Amino acid sequence: MKPLLELNHISLSYHTPEGETPVLSDISFSIQQGEFAAIVGPSGCGKSTILNLISGLLRPEEGTISIDGKPLEESSLNIGYMLQKDHLFEWRTIYSNVLLGLEIQHKLTESSQARVDGLLASYGLEQFKKSRPSQLSGGMRQRAALIRTLALEPALLLLDEPFSALDYQTRLNVADDIGQIIKKEGKTALLVTHDISEALSMADRVIILSRRPASIRSVVPVELDIANRTPMTSRNAPNFKYYFNLIWKELNSHEYSSAVSVS
Amino acid sequence: MNTAAQSLYLKKLKTQKRLIAFLRAAVFAGFLILWEAAARLGWIDSFIFSSPSDILRTFCIMWRDQALLSHIGITVSETVISFLLVMIFSMLFAVLLWTFPKFASVTEPYLVVLNSLPKSALAPLLIVWLGANMKTIIVAGMSVAVFGSVISLNAGFHAVDPDMLKLIHTLGGNKRDCLTKVVLPSSVPYLLSSLKVNIGLCLVGVVIGEFIGARSGLGYLIIYGSQVFKLNMVIMSIVLLCILAMIMYSVIGFVEKMYQKRFH
Repeated sequence: MKPLLELNHISLSYHTPEGETPVLSDISFSIQQGEFAAIVGPSGCGKSTILNLISGLLRPEEGTISIDGKPLEESSLNIGYMLQKDHLFEWRTIYSNVLLGLEIQHKLTESSQARVDGLLASYGLEQFKKSRPSQLSGGMRQRAALIRTLALEPALLLLDEPFSALDYQTRLNVADDIGQIIKKEGKTALLVTHDISEALSMADRVIILSRRPASIRSVVPVELDIANRTPMTSRNAPNFKYYFNLIWKELNSHEYSSAVSVS
Repeated sequence: MNTAAQSLYLKKLKTQKRLIAFLRAAVFAGFLILWEAAARLGWIDSFIFSSPSDILRTFCIMWRDQALLSHIGITVSETVISFLLVMIFSMLFAVLLWTFPKFASVTEPYLVVLNSLPKSALAPLLIVWLGANMKTIIVAGMSVAVFGSVISLNAGFHAVDPDMLKLIHTLGGNKRDCLTKVVLPSSVPYLLSSLKVNIGLCLVGVVIGEFIGARSGLGYLIIYGSQVFKLNMVIMSIVLLCILAMIMYSVIGFVEKMYQKRFH
């Protein structure tokens, strides 16, 4: 089967007057339709840079990215992007916030609006349509942000540590909530996080990155022994700990070997 | 239901508020009484320092005989026009600076110099260039406020969270969407606070302009009064300027409050 997203030998450096910083070196991976993949790696290793490349905000210096078999620049498919904070605009109501993408892309039609109404209704935000973002809880705000992204019917969802601005308890709940919505809507997703258990609880496959310049350390397919898996129940799977240790070791063995190679 | 402690607290808060309002009024009344008494008892020369009753008398006479209202009207309308022009011009210019960062880098040092230049130094030049008329005075009013206003609006535009702009890009938007959907609406608080400063600065510029190039307006009355030694007229004009400044400031303060009420 043709993968939905394919990265081929991507490399990128950041340029400043002080010099060149290589960020990504020879990154290649692909994601299948309907899959939920996660990228974990140490802070500042360039995880978010990969998402910026896939969403087209940055161009790779080397390598190619293709979506559904076509080069990224030629693709007309929408790619949804969820940032760390919800960034709902306080000067708009929740309803006009979730319509923002449609408004920007001039796709504000009766049918698209009806679809957004349907999303708001099924995810319990209907009564908040006229509210201001500050009147909603952190979890509800993140839901609204997800609906804003889903309104554009993205073929692929990019999640850039979308729960990291929340406190721990909310974070678990929201991850569970968002994870289930994504599954229910049948979306393909790529999550970036430095939280191993968060990646494991949500993803079918975990891609482990090394320190900067990031390269792919290994790819771990996750098969948790649990029925009706949700992000919350995943954490109770008997082999959750096994995967956690596996990824932990992968992340750390690299730290160690790079420390040795420096000295 | 309030508990006893809560009502006690609220009561205390109210008493304190009243006390402050009372003391403010008392300071004002005390000042007027002292001034009046000092003038009548000969502690100060009322020819030079005037007195509240003289000011009031001058006001009534001038209102009747010398069309004081039209002087006030001229100063107010010049200030309001220059204020509106400053608002429009600085908004357009700040948008231009935001849209073209290279243009902004080139013009930045010039803006800083123009902003720190004492604008009263320009007034005589403006009179020669534009003539002794209302146009000059409006330009003088603008010159005091416009550069600072551009700088502070521009700073407001750049205070926008870059992630909000990123969001617009991820939703498929371009630079214009960034401007209209994020930068302008999020800068409204900056705009409102710069308006409060600008109205005062425009009044300063207008009065400077009237000092040297006018036949009417409160600035003209001050200069004229000092030349013919009618200090009652001078001090009355200053008092009127105080009152005007207060009124214009509170109008904008009211707009700001309405905005905050709507969005917070």
